[in-house]
Amino acid sequence: MFGMEFYVDPSRCIGCQSCLKACEECETHRGVSMINFDFVDRQETIATAAYVCWHCENPTCAQVCPADAIKKYEDGVVGSSLKPRCIACSNCVLACPFGIPKVVPEYEQMMKCDMCYDRTSAGKRPMCATVCPSQALAYVTPEAIAATRREKPVNTFRFGNQQIKTKVYMMAPAGSEAISIDVADYTWENENEVVAQAF
Amino acid sequence: MAKPPSSPEALADRYGPHLNYVPPGGWQDESRNPPDKLVKTHCCFCGQQCGIQLKVRDNRVIGFEPWEDFPYNHGMLCPKGVKRYLQGNHPDRLLGPLMRAEDGFREASWDEALDYTVRRMREVQEKYGRDAVAVYGGASLTTEKAYLMGKFARVALGTRHIDYNGRLCMVSAGTAYKGALGVDRAPNPWSDIPKAEVVMVVGANVGECAPITTDYIWRARDNGAKLIVADPRFTPIARNANLFLPVRPGTDLALLMALLHVIIRDRLTDAEFIAAHTTGFEASAESVAPWDPRRAAEVTGVAPEAIERAAHWVGESRRAMIMHARGLEHQSKGVENCEAVVAIALATGNIGREGAGCVMITGQGNGQGGREHGQKCDQLPGMRSLTDPAARQHVAGVWGISPDELPGPGYTAVEIMNAIHSGEIKALLSICFNPLVSLPEAQYTREALERLEFFGVIDFFLSETAMHADVVLAGSLQEEEEGVTANVEGRVIHIQKAVDPPGNARADSQIICDLARRLGRGGHFPYREPREIFEELREASRGGIADYYGITYEKIDEQKGVFWPCPSLDHPGTPRLFEGGRFFHADGKAHFMKLEWRESGDPVDAEFPVYLTTGRVVSQYLSGTQTRRIGALVDQYPEPKLEIHPRLAEQHGIRNGDWVTITTRRSAITLQAMVVRTIRPDTVFIPYHWPRERSANRLTHRTLDPRSKIPEYKVSACRIAKAAGPPVNEGGRG
Repeated sequence: MFGMEFYVDPSRCIGCQSCLKACEECETHRGVSMINFDFVDRQETIATAAYVCWHCENPTCAQVCPADAIKKYEDGVVGSSLKPRCIACSNCVLACPFGIPKVVPEYEQMMKCDMCYDRTSAGKRPMCATVCPSQALAYVTPEAIAATRREKPVNTFRFGNQQIKTKVYMMAPAGSEAISIDVADYTWENENEVVAQAF
Repeated sequence: MAKPPSSPEALADRYGPHLNYVPPGGWQDESRNPPDKLVKTHCCFCGQQCGIQLKVRDNRVIGFEPWEDFPYNHGMLCPKGVKRYLQGNHPDRLLGPLMRAEDGFREASWDEALDYTVRRMREVQEKYGRDAVAVYGGASLTTEKAYLMGKFARVALGTRHIDYNGRLCMVSAGTAYKGALGVDRAPNPWSDIPKAEVVMVVGANVGECAPITTDYIWRARDNGAKLIVADPRFTPIARNANLFLPVRPGTDLALLMALLHVIIRDRLTDAEFIAAHTTGFEASAESVAPWDPRRAAEVTGVAPEAIERAAHWVGESRRAMIMHARGLEHQSKGVENCEAVVAIALATGNIGREGAGCVMITGQGNGQGGREHGQKCDQLPGMRSLTDPAARQHVAGVWGISPDELPGPGYTAVEIMNAIHSGEIKALLSICFNPLVSLPEAQYTREALERLEFFGVIDFFLSETAMHADVVLAGSLQEEEEGVTANVEGRVIHIQKAVDPPGNARADSQIICDLARRLGRGGHFPYREPREIFEELREASRGGIADYYGITYEKIDEQKGVFWPCPSLDHPGTPRLFEGGRFFHADGKAHFMKLEWRESGDPVDAEFPVYLTTGRVVSQYLSGTQTRRIGALVDQYPEPKLEIHPRLAEQHGIRNGDWVTITTRRSAITLQAMVVRTIRPDTVFIPYHWPRERSANRLTHRTLDPRSKIPEYKVSACRIAKAAGPPVNEGGRG
């Protein structure tokens, strides 16, 4: 939908799994849910996280696909695999830094979130973000997010040496510029050299 | 003898619960056969009553589409709402009347089933008196049906015993609000929540039991509000609480009294508001004087500093909201708990303004509307009292009978079951109620049902309770009959008919009218459609507290809901109550209540040292008659588990996934442990949606709040022990 962006904020998630249930109601992949959902560690905490494909600017999944089955559309959405091309080799499953793609054995095909292309291209919001009762998954304008949320939308992720820019935003603490999972990125010494030496 | 006519296994094979996963025609059918129409209506589950559009083709509900324009939920839905459409076109659906046979149920014609029902109820009444027949209604019925049940019991059957399963839900808050504020409704529209500076949620698992309300609370937080959560468990919304108060089950009153104590001690009260708009403050203040935070901490297990802080946050704010649900209500002091919440709101002047108020969160689908128009044992339409001569005169006039013909107040839901058990009540007609799963001490309920001389049930699935029936009249789902409900805010909304009842099933209201006709009272039940019932309800409620006179189906559609009271056709409705400090009592004032501490009805001791509390999970609804038949919802949380803290688990050598026997003074059940740090170490939790050997309500006790008559589901005493393995399956399913 024009002017809308997708925002993920796991701190709002209440673990209801409405997104998971609604996703499989979508026209293009009925009966198969594309939502990634986790109880972080149910024995220790109530925390849950639901997320969709991050739709990378340079999608790793597409780069590693030997069958050229994953396409990025003009609007930045990275599609699910093309059925006639996908050979279910799982390269994308292994390569994606976010752990998004899944091979569905029943269809012998990789399937992942395409941001409800059938809906968003027709002016509707994606199913998951429409139903989400906590708006942990939200599809709104950048202006609306800036006006209503204290957290800052971030779409730069660092995985070691790999820096990824995504279409989907993660809500991060105010002041964040990028989300990094490697402690080296936060150390005082200029990170990558030090880490390289350590190995 | 109303024992099930055949084995649980045989009944389960035929009537379920079976799991429905796939829409009619299969997942791929919709692309070939798109829906004929989208029907804008509401979810059938829970008091949020979210707007939803049902996809309909060939008189079948085949899916849903979010309804983003509906102002309450803007398209948002919980998983129950997403999958609700799968209850239609379900293999377990009752497609015609059933009558008890030698070895099960047999199909019967409507004439036979209705004639038999009426003959048996008449025989019982002739032999034992009119009040030997009781009627059970339900809070998932539309308001038209709820109204009809009250009228049917009193006018067609002439019994005084009519009550409903809302008795297990909202009556403690209702009694408290009526006594203190003069009206039984949440005073604020939900749009007030994001405007609050402080939101205190006490005894309400919002994330799982009122999921859409989460968005309102998160928006308050986005705006800078402080969130206080008081609960024995770290519920999903507690993850973002600024202050979490881990209150021991059954001690909320001590916590609330201490909050009021600090507010008064530290002069955080709104003296001007108290003087101008309330009575009884002094007595209330005196009653909380002994409850300093230190004493409350000993009772509640909440740190004194945390109590002080919460009291200051609420007391120092001019825009504080206190939200509460079953956690407060399901106690033998449920009414006092709610009165204490009201007292805090009144004492701080946090009421009747935007972003300020005490707010009850109604649980059941039509929990609000279903309790306004005469389905309660002591009440007439318009939230009128059955003992008020003027109310009797008015309603008798609308019904075309003499006020003398109106019976007096009867028993409440649990008291009706007690009277069945004791033999005082001999016959029962029940709709929309599954007491075998939902009433406390399930084995007592089973004994009672087995003593009935006649048991008639109106339902769309054969619930565990309906298995005991002599006659089952195949009724209708919410989407099969037009009507209204009132949501958690008191917003009256329009339920659209999407499809006809399938097969030979009939609309509930038609079944009731057919019974009334056979009882010789057809002249009082002439309705051809629900709209005609609603027109009469408008008149019957006119001038009452819940005044619907100014509400029409068209006005609801135009305004996307009308908040009652709405006394005239040109009145827009009343989203916020008590503006300007005007309350619903004759003196226009709010009444503080004296608060008094009492122990639970099932206290812990050396033999039963652990607190047991019960509640819901997000994927199931109430007794599960509907949601235990929907595959995706069952998969999400298939079996009840025992939530237990690692510290308590360790003492008993219990590890995650072990089988554990939980024993109370009533009975014992065996469930798998879910060892989690998200519960108090002195408390265990079990969700109650399941029957038989997995029924939490085998463990609960029958102590009632003396005024609201709600059972104390939230506090029992138990002991736990590691079990060798799973329990013996008693047959049956789901």
